[in-house]
Amino acid sequence: MDVMSLAANWTFDGLLALALLWVGWRVLASTNLFKGIVFFIAFGLLVALSWVRLEAPDVALAEAAIGAGLTGALLLAALSRLRRRQDSAQASDQPLDAETSRTARLSLGTQALLIVFSAVLFVCLGTAFLSLPPLTPGLGPQVAEQLSASGVTNPVTAVLLNFRAYDTLLEMGVLFLALVAVWSLSPAPAQLVTAPGSILISFVRVLVPIVVLAATYLLWIGAYAPGGAFQAGAVLAAAVVLILLAGENTMPAGSTWPLRATLSLGLGVFVAVGMSLMGMGRSFLDFPTDQAGNLILLIEVAATVSIGVTLAALFLGGQPQRGSPK
Amino acid sequence: MVSQAVTIVLLLAGAGFFLAGTLGLLRFPDVYTRLHSLTKADNVGLGLMAAGLAVQAESWAAIGKIALIWLLVLLASATGAHLVARSALRKGIKPWTL
Repeated sequence: MDVMSLAANWTFDGLLALALLWVGWRVLASTNLFKGIVFFIAFGLLVALSWVRLEAPDVALAEAAIGAGLTGALLLAALSRLRRRQDSAQASDQPLDAETSRTARLSLGTQALLIVFSAVLFVCLGTAFLSLPPLTPGLGPQVAEQLSASGVTNPVTAVLLNFRAYDTLLEMGVLFLALVAVWSLSPAPAQLVTAPGSILISFVRVLVPIVVLAATYLLWIGAYAPGGAFQAGAVLAAAVVLILLAGENTMPAGSTWPLRATLSLGLGVFVAVGMSLMGMGRSFLDFPTDQAGNLILLIEVAATVSIGVTLAALFLGGQPQRGSPK
Repeated sequence: MVSQAVTIVLLLAGAGFFLAGTLGLLRFPDVYTRLHSLTKADNVGLGLMAAGLAVQAESWAAIGKIALIWLLVLLASATGAHLVARSALRKGIKPWTL
């Protein structure tokens, strides 16, 4: 690499690192919650860019879609609910200063404790980082060695859906439990948006098919290149969130079981595949080499649909009521 | 060589629009005029950048992808600007006048 491009790389990475620190500080320090959320979204995009620079496009995709996109939308939805509660509390003369409580100061003892804790954490992490051998092969060679038996050619998908499928199964479980917790706390707000406007509606009409196409592409390409169920699910969730924001949010008057079935599909198919392999005399989630590709695709399709709907349901922030606006 | 020169000119012009757009975002007096300057960076600035990169693209498919990215950003930024302006108007923020 010649000197010019080396200098350009260092300049870019240096600016990126400084921007990360500055934006991260603004996320924590801004007293205005809305401003904090906007900085958080910008922070997520910068983190995604950093993953691209570290040549980890899989993580970059997940960070951009989930970390910046959906978490940002979740936080904004939470903020608007906070404000609504605040308004109704003010109407009944009860001060509820969710907005201003960020400016409240911690006691000196708590501050000292936090500073000591952060310093200890910093020293521990620094020591751990410095004590690492400068170059290790990691588990990369082992994965490469076994890749042909995994049923896919993308090493990340091989690890996530085959070698460490257990972890991914548990992640699906965590997502499912999170939604169960949200549903048990409160019903969904009766009205999500007021009069979305014709421009937003026609924008959503154009965009949603493209987004669904992109999600399907991410799901399919995951076997060969960066992509996969979580990224595809997050993109799918974005489509559902857009539809919700465009006001298309009435549940069919019937029962909610189709929604419940869709939400549990991913976890259900994952467990069913694992168990049926046990029935065939293998261990749980121990894929036979010749069927591994198909089984992974089956699990990923189910997982994508469930992740998409679950993330969108989390955005909704409560259990949809039967027959009422979703 | 010619294609490189074209790319450099287009990228610099695009960067100029981004710079002007950012300056406007920081300096313009109210939300509507700031939106106006922001969409110039999104639309024209990104368009020039996309054109500059398309000159260097290795295949027609890559050019198609770059064009698609630009078109999607156009659509999203126009809709976003409209939504922000609409919400500001509804909150009763008066447009700036001399």
